[in-house]
Amino acid sequence: MIQVTGLAKRFGTVEAVRDVSFTAPDGRITGLLGPNGAGKSTTLRLLYGALSPDRGEARVDGLLAGPEHTEARRQLGVLPHGAGLYPHLTARENIRYFGELHGMSGAALDQRVDELVAMLELGEAANRKTQGFSQGQKVKVGIARALVHSPRNLILDEPTNGLDVMAIRSLREVLRGLRAAGHCILFSSHVMQEVAALCDEVVIIAGGRVVAAGAPEQLREQAGTTTLEDAFVKLLGSDTAEVQP
Amino acid sequence: MKPWWVVVRKEVLESLRDRRTLLSALVLAPLFGPLMFSFSMQTMLKRGVDEQDKPLQVAVMGKEHAPNLVHWLESQGLEGVSAPKDEASIPAAVRDGKPRLVLVIGPDYGERFRAAKAAGVKVYVDSSDQDSQRDFRRLDRLLESYSSQTSALRLAARGVAPSIAQPVVVDEIDVSTPASRAQSLLAILSYFLLFSTLIGGMYVAIDATAGERERGSLEPLVSLPVSREALVAGKFVATMVFSGVSLVLTLASFAISLRFVPLESIGMSANLGPKVLTGVFLSLLPFVPLAAALLTLVASFARSFREAQSWMTGALLIPTLPIMVAAMTGMKPTALLMAVPSLSQHFLIARLLRDEAIPLTDGLLSAGGSLLLAAVLLVFVVRLWRREKLLG
Repeated sequence: MIQVTGLAKRFGTVEAVRDVSFTAPDGRITGLLGPNGAGKSTTLRLLYGALSPDRGEARVDGLLAGPEHTEARRQLGVLPHGAGLYPHLTARENIRYFGELHGMSGAALDQRVDELVAMLELGEAANRKTQGFSQGQKVKVGIARALVHSPRNLILDEPTNGLDVMAIRSLREVLRGLRAAGHCILFSSHVMQEVAALCDEVVIIAGGRVVAAGAPEQLREQAGTTTLEDAFVKLLGSDTAEVQP
Repeated sequence: MKPWWVVVRKEVLESLRDRRTLLSALVLAPLFGPLMFSFSMQTMLKRGVDEQDKPLQVAVMGKEHAPNLVHWLESQGLEGVSAPKDEASIPAAVRDGKPRLVLVIGPDYGERFRAAKAAGVKVYVDSSDQDSQRDFRRLDRLLESYSSQTSALRLAARGVAPSIAQPVVVDEIDVSTPASRAQSLLAILSYFLLFSTLIGGMYVAIDATAGERERGSLEPLVSLPVSREALVAGKFVATMVFSGVSLVLTLASFAISLRFVPLESIGMSANLGPKVLTGVFLSLLPFVPLAAALLTLVASFARSFREAQSWMTGALLIPTLPIMVAAMTGMKPTALLMAVPSLSQHFLIARLLRDEAIPLTDGLLSAGGSLLLAAVLLVFVVRLWRREKLLG
């Protein structure tokens, strides 16, 4: 479970996150939805300890998160923006490296890597260098790497960016599978369809604040609209919304 | 496995798969430096030796017009070689270096000489060729000295003191010997060794920091439950591994290539036996962590691979500065200077090559100075890595 209360972060004169609070429960997929520059990535980066907050706090399974708090990061699998793999290592080696940094080794690690390769249907590509992988393959390896230590919580920053339709479908299947296994999944997106198709809970962020939160149906009711997209635009006020179809 | 060790293994594996890193660390620096060094040393020694014993080969055209001049030149070590058939074919022949110099004495030489008028001779030379140029300077000196001898005789014959035509007399006294010139060249050896230590770790350092940032792999890395210190330690040690390997290879390559340099011909022994080699290696060993720390620090500043590369060019020059300053001001090793990294290693190596004993305190000072600076730089690296800006 991920809990965020009163989070704020400023870069110089830019207030990236002003006041963000929400809860992402276990066994649910929570979507962080908002236009570009709304503060989604910053919120996630505060959660996985790349940044420390100016105000407020973020907790993972009740453990305080931040650069100095390694315990919270143990409960967390992270797929940051753009995956960021090592091109000279094979997919399997990329996954193994993170496993070893989590303190895993030997047969247990081998077995876990095999499991992930099977689960994400990496197939033969698993033994190839990731140089030249398609974006879809990279994201899959990135997710496998994030899951190698079997964390309860998974954070994905814009995972569908640059993926084709087939890759997005298979990513959805993977995330649904993880939800069924009781994981807490938090992902950010500025693509409405993504969130509508996948999320149990939606947190809409704009200008560094939470504008609305709840299940998609609740949001539609709240805004009095028939589609989530209309609700999104109405809740944001159309001038600030930058929604990609 | 400790996290830092996991990082070391991964960085080394990744670098071994990167052709650019391999080439610079394990091929370029260890081969290029010693080869260039040995080659330039060899040609320099050869020239130094040649100059002393070899006769000056000049083709003389029109010998019959100035038998006295030619006879005098021959007595000074000039060796006549066959001249081209006619004057028109000289330029092409000289450009080919066959022969390098042609001295042409015109038919009016004797007449003008006897009348005490300026008697001209022509010398054909290809000044774009270094050897020809050197030969020309020798011939020119000879001709000038013949000319001034003659003028002295003429003045004396007319009852004038010859010194009146020589207001200033310059005596150049070159005290350098081929051996001492070789010594100064050998001093460059220490710089080559420092340089290849730096080059060896350069790409690993860039790849492990600026490269990670550029690829976006640093963000997932810091999301792991691993301290920044452990990450820095891993990257630093991996850089050290490559710097160290590059140093060892360069030393080995020097030991082999210097065997082919005729140092004996100038009365010097190559002096790179196992004992001296071990000494040189031990002197440079404390420089390895310093080089790795410097490289990691510089690479941590840069946002991209390219930026890091341009920063590195500056970093590679830093160790030359103390050596250059010391060479220019003729500093002698003192306790204070023995604590200055790169300079102290330079002093130690120079002494080892001269077969001088090294006091233990000097060795310890040199090692201590380098290790201390390495530690200070590492503290800065860790601070950089703790900053949020690291991730951009």
